[in-house]
Amino acid sequence: MSPILRRRFFDQIAVMFGREPKKPEAIAPEAQKIHLYKRGNRDLIAEKLHARAHAVHTHKWRKRRWATLIIVNLMFTFSFWFDIQILEGALTASRFVGFHLIDLNSALQVMLAHKHIIVNLVIGTATVFVLWLVLGGRTFCSWVCPYHLLAEGAEKIHLYLVKKKLLTDQNIDRRLRTISWIVFAALAAGTGYTVFEAISPTGILSRALIYGPGLALLWVLALLVFEVFFSRRAWCRYACPIGLTYGVVGIFSPLRIKYTLDGCFHEGDCRKVCLVPHVLDTVIKGRAVATEIPIGPDCTRCGLCVDTCPTGSLSFDVKGLSRLL
Amino acid sequence: MSEPKSPVVAQPPPSRERMQQARRRWLRTILLTGGVMGAALSGFLPLVYARTKRLRPPGALDEKDFLASCIKCGQCVQVCPVQAIKLADLVDGVAVGVPYIDAREQACDFSCDAVQCILACPTGALVYKKPAFLNVRKGAKLAAAPILKAKEKDPEPTLNLSERIGVARLTRPEACLAIQGKGFKGQVRGASFKGRMRYMEVSRWKPIGISEHPYDLAECDLCVRECPVKGAISIETVFAPNGSKRKSPVVHEPCVGCGVCEMICPVEPTCIVIDAREVWNT
Repeated sequence: MSPILRRRFFDQIAVMFGREPKKPEAIAPEAQKIHLYKRGNRDLIAEKLHARAHAVHTHKWRKRRWATLIIVNLMFTFSFWFDIQILEGALTASRFVGFHLIDLNSALQVMLAHKHIIVNLVIGTATVFVLWLVLGGRTFCSWVCPYHLLAEGAEKIHLYLVKKKLLTDQNIDRRLRTISWIVFAALAAGTGYTVFEAISPTGILSRALIYGPGLALLWVLALLVFEVFFSRRAWCRYACPIGLTYGVVGIFSPLRIKYTLDGCFHEGDCRKVCLVPHVLDTVIKGRAVATEIPIGPDCTRCGLCVDTCPTGSLSFDVKGLSRLL
Repeated sequence: MSEPKSPVVAQPPPSRERMQQARRRWLRTILLTGGVMGAALSGFLPLVYARTKRLRPPGALDEKDFLASCIKCGQCVQVCPVQAIKLADLVDGVAVGVPYIDAREQACDFSCDAVQCILACPTGALVYKKPAFLNVRKGAKLAAAPILKAKEKDPEPTLNLSERIGVARLTRPEACLAIQGKGFKGQVRGASFKGRMRYMEVSRWKPIGISEHPYDLAECDLCVRECPVKGAISIETVFAPNGSKRKSPVVHEPCVGCGVCEMICPVEPTCIVIDAREVWNT
């Protein structure tokens, strides 16, 4: 990794913990050349308009993602309903054909609260850690978490209301998520109760899907109402410690979204659809520090930007795989 | 809050509008923080008021440790052959999603033989034997491994359980059919009752609805007859407060608190209940 990209790597970790993205201080010469070429280039503008006119909008990744999310959650439900025992338990902890799987954030809460760790807990946590390390960390959020799907629906309504100028998005300080992670970890360790688990919409929804609905869904509803009428994707963006836990795992993941500077028109469609637009700061004109850039660990690998990009400048990438092939 | 756009060029002081925006954003952040923390901490309210003392599944650690270690996945719910275990709802506060048993509706009759809920628990919230660092309350430990009446003829008739989850108590002796010397005929708890139990003479592995198993008893002894644990309850001749002799169900030390007696009692409301998390007092 070049020093410039290494610097960006650490910057992106800071951005995940809540720092606002900044203009880069150093840009690689090859990237500078492209930035310079693009400045006021008439050919490029013509090319852009052409690409616009002929852009084909697909929902390839969204379809795949929704299908995965629904199938995974239904596997839990059907395992219990029809007693087929493929994926027993809920998202917090389960067994996949007998193998323990334990959600990292739930495991952390239990370990901090109970202060005693049994072998099955370690096995399940380690398995899930390796799984999401390979699959991209916050991939969990967009490809598995049932709240994510509901929140995407709420986001649609929110964006419609914003478009109709009935309300404006009220953004919130992203450092709140880091603070909430620390506070809930401290609460678990200090009080001996897994306080976060009581309000985790992921756990509540997962259990509701498997064991039947309950009053706890009112809390999920309250969050969705907040997101529709007040702040876009507020829970996932600003509060949920699960996202941060998986984000940390994602720092080391080889699976990520890759940005290629060359063909990008810098129109920012990707940033409009993104759940975490601060990770796409690099697509702003003049910000890219290299010609090919891996998107940071806070990215949920949902693929909305890949679907929406008219030039294919954003794509799924496995680190080292292209070199290997 | 918002950092300067460029780290190189010194910025002019932010405009009033900018500062107002930053202030509002700060207020919104506090609002969301307050909302989330308020919701999270409101989970402690039921603990403070201790409205319901839940009966936990067999092998549960003491309540505080149980709530700390339960990961709320419901794997215990899934393995129970009679579905005695349910998950708590929002009214239980921080214990939302934690398993409990409503013995009157569906008791644990140990028809799984192996206490499978303990086997299923991934975090050690339900255990066959407590880890050494946890305290065992006096009277919670069973004097001997409970013997399952259903398995009495097996080479290994005992249940792998070292502590009780509660103790049965006769709360309404005046209504108890056994004490009154009355019999019982028909479906216990009526035709619509959903509770299930294993009847060895019907099937060892398949529990059936209690309503499918009517009784005709000259003298009611249902709590004793259906108790799954040997020697936990019996009909004894005791002295009434007025000095006269009468028959009565008497609970003994081997009672593990499974709740079958509470479920099977044909009187409404039940004459015998499980005191959840109670210990044996001699």
